[in-house]
Amino acid sequence: MSKAKSAYSIPGKKGKLDTHIIVVWVDNEAGVLARVVGLFSGRGYNIESLAVAEVDPKLNISRITIVTTGTPQVIEQIKLQLKKLVPVHKVANFMRNDKKVIFKEMALFKVVGNDLKRKKALNACKKYNAVILDKTKKSCVIQITALRREIDLMAKNLKKLGLVSLSRTGAVAMTRGADTFR
Amino acid sequence: MSKLYSGAEIVFKCLEDQGVDTIFGYPGGAVLPIYDELKNFSSVKHFLVRHEQGAGHAAEGYARSSGKPGVALVTSGPGATNIVTALTDAYMDSVPIVCISGQVPTHLIGTDAFQEADTTGITRPCTKHNWLVKDVKNLAKTIHRAFEVATTGRPGPVLIDIPKDVQFQKTNYTKYKKLKKLNGKAKNNFSQSEIDELIKLMSNSSKPIFYTGGGVINSGPKASALLRELVYATGFPITSTLQGLGAFPGNDNQFVGMLGMHGTYEANNAMHDCDLMINVGARFDDRITGKIDEFSPKSKKVHIDIDPSSINKNVKVDLPIIGDVSEVINATLRSIKKKKLNFTKSNKQKISKWWEKIEKWRSIRSLDYINSEETIKPQYAVQRLYELTKDKDTFITTEVGQHQMWAAQHYKFDKPNRWMTSGGLGTMGYGLPAAIGVQVAHPNKLVIDIAGEASVLMTMQEMSTAVQYSLPIKIFILNNEYMGMVRQWQELLHDKNYSESYTAALPDFVKLAEAYGCVGMKATTPEELDDKIIEMLNTERPVIFDCRVDKVENCFPMIPSGKPHNQMLLGPSDKKEKKITGKGKILV
Repeated sequence: MSKAKSAYSIPGKKGKLDTHIIVVWVDNEAGVLARVVGLFSGRGYNIESLAVAEVDPKLNISRITIVTTGTPQVIEQIKLQLKKLVPVHKVANFMRNDKKVIFKEMALFKVVGNDLKRKKALNACKKYNAVILDKTKKSCVIQITALRREIDLMAKNLKKLGLVSLSRTGAVAMTRGADTFR
Repeated sequence: MSKLYSGAEIVFKCLEDQGVDTIFGYPGGAVLPIYDELKNFSSVKHFLVRHEQGAGHAAEGYARSSGKPGVALVTSGPGATNIVTALTDAYMDSVPIVCISGQVPTHLIGTDAFQEADTTGITRPCTKHNWLVKDVKNLAKTIHRAFEVATTGRPGPVLIDIPKDVQFQKTNYTKYKKLKKLNGKAKNNFSQSEIDELIKLMSNSSKPIFYTGGGVINSGPKASALLRELVYATGFPITSTLQGLGAFPGNDNQFVGMLGMHGTYEANNAMHDCDLMINVGARFDDRITGKIDEFSPKSKKVHIDIDPSSINKNVKVDLPIIGDVSEVINATLRSIKKKKLNFTKSNKQKISKWWEKIEKWRSIRSLDYINSEETIKPQYAVQRLYELTKDKDTFITTEVGQHQMWAAQHYKFDKPNRWMTSGGLGTMGYGLPAAIGVQVAHPNKLVIDIAGEASVLMTMQEMSTAVQYSLPIKIFILNNEYMGMVRQWQELLHDKNYSESYTAALPDFVKLAEAYGCVGMKATTPEELDDKIIEMLNTERPVIFDCRVDKVENCFPMIPSGKPHNQMLLGPSDKKEKKITGKGKILV
């Protein structure tokens, strides 16, 4: 017999990986984020980005937006496992390329350099709703909102224009039109 | 103004309102206020264990054998970390446990205080939910919620961490009224059309099988009764997982034995070749499925489970039915009776060829072993134990390893809640404290822990508990001086390199028993075995029975790693088997 030296079965075929955005409504209580994140790490799911804040102070509800990759089976498991958590009220998920959903990330760029460089940097950022939040003779802080890959690209391009510091958020999402997440 | 109660009093008020009469625990600094109140609540009896893990497993044994939640009370820091194994075990096997732990006073939390541990952090992944109660006003609400979470839906362990200052603080207590409504996470979510679809699949199938699991037991005795009715009505074969044993009588002809890694030849082959698999409260665990890509390739799969996240987790199914087992089976039976009065007859005809095939597999007698007159074969010991106890209402617990599988194979259960074993987590040392919990729940019944000598030494200290409370548990040790299952894997897969699997300095179990103040016994030959077992059964005190068995016996049949169900290893080869086993049946 062939020697599989393990008491466990060998891994089966791997399915295709998709990127999904998962939105979770939870009670805003101590440890709730740890429960959600712990579920991901404990079961070997992956988190690409994470955004969380209270959205309803009256009902004490926070909204967590998680970008993750996985096979359709894994995504389904993530949803079902999240729904089992006691403080979780509602879970929604959609594919990253879903046309019915908007999602955005925000980034802050600190650019240090002469006028020309800073101007060039600002110009490059223009199409992503650029806002200048701070300005000195040598530096500026630019805020943009864009997609993940656009921010990735900007971060790369701004390097030669004096980018010294980058801070960015996880993605947040919302449906287009009058519909809300079920 | 109504009377004010301290947090410690509220703990007991809540336990009383929940109908809890038994707790297992161990005192310590951070739970002293609760222990101080114990004397004032005579309806709650406390059992002092010798290690917090023992409290957890005893609570598990209590819960599994009685259907009520088990309650454990431990102190902060090491008390809480010691019970983590038992909580994880309960989580894997869906056992309702409520664990109350003490915590350092709130103003000291986060300061690395004496016996401080982040208990809710540590137990977060091994409980259904846990709470740190920082305000006494929330205490009663939290405890009642904890019981609700533990016992509804798919049951499981919960933990409530109570800082010492909260135990002293005072507040009002209003009597708890049990809500009829189920926890929002545990609805019966199936429709009549799904039941109709199931019945359609059942009447069209020519090679069906029921694959039942612990969910049937967890759904209560009614679920087992309904399952029997359904299985008899259909005439289908039925197999069971380790945890489901007892839901259907083990000696009934329609029962084809346990399935999985050490399941019977007929059960595993039937699972592989069937055209309809009806999973009732089981979870397609890796010890059941073997190689997942080749798991039952030709079948339509139905999965009845109360936990939606069990559906399609490991195996893709065609018809998921989310609901409580007894509700689903009840609905199915009702529909069968209403629509197809002759379902039974027409079906039995249709599947008679299937039964012929199963009988052929069965004739291989895969559980057989070569008996000996000189040494006690472990299988023989379990068989004799079964024969000599089957007329009593016997409760069996086990440790983990070869003896556990032999017990599952050769002890035939015919009632639910009689079989307590650590399946999911595979916790060595489970059986002895679990037996204590079972005996507490059933004071006048016979409770036997079928044990291995290595496992039982992990929680041996709990014999002291058994003696203290005069709990006449019987520890039946199949002693082969090896960690048998480890030794078996080393023999089969690691070139007989028996690395650290032999215990060279075992205690004398008879003297050990005497040291604990219970009864020690020993059997070394098959000849004396029966008499010794009878003597054990007639002893009204706790017994440690050292049954010296064959040191190198292996547990067969067996699905080797990474193989599908139809490629089983059968027992020590004999000629008859070689003829019957065809292509792909590898013999050792």
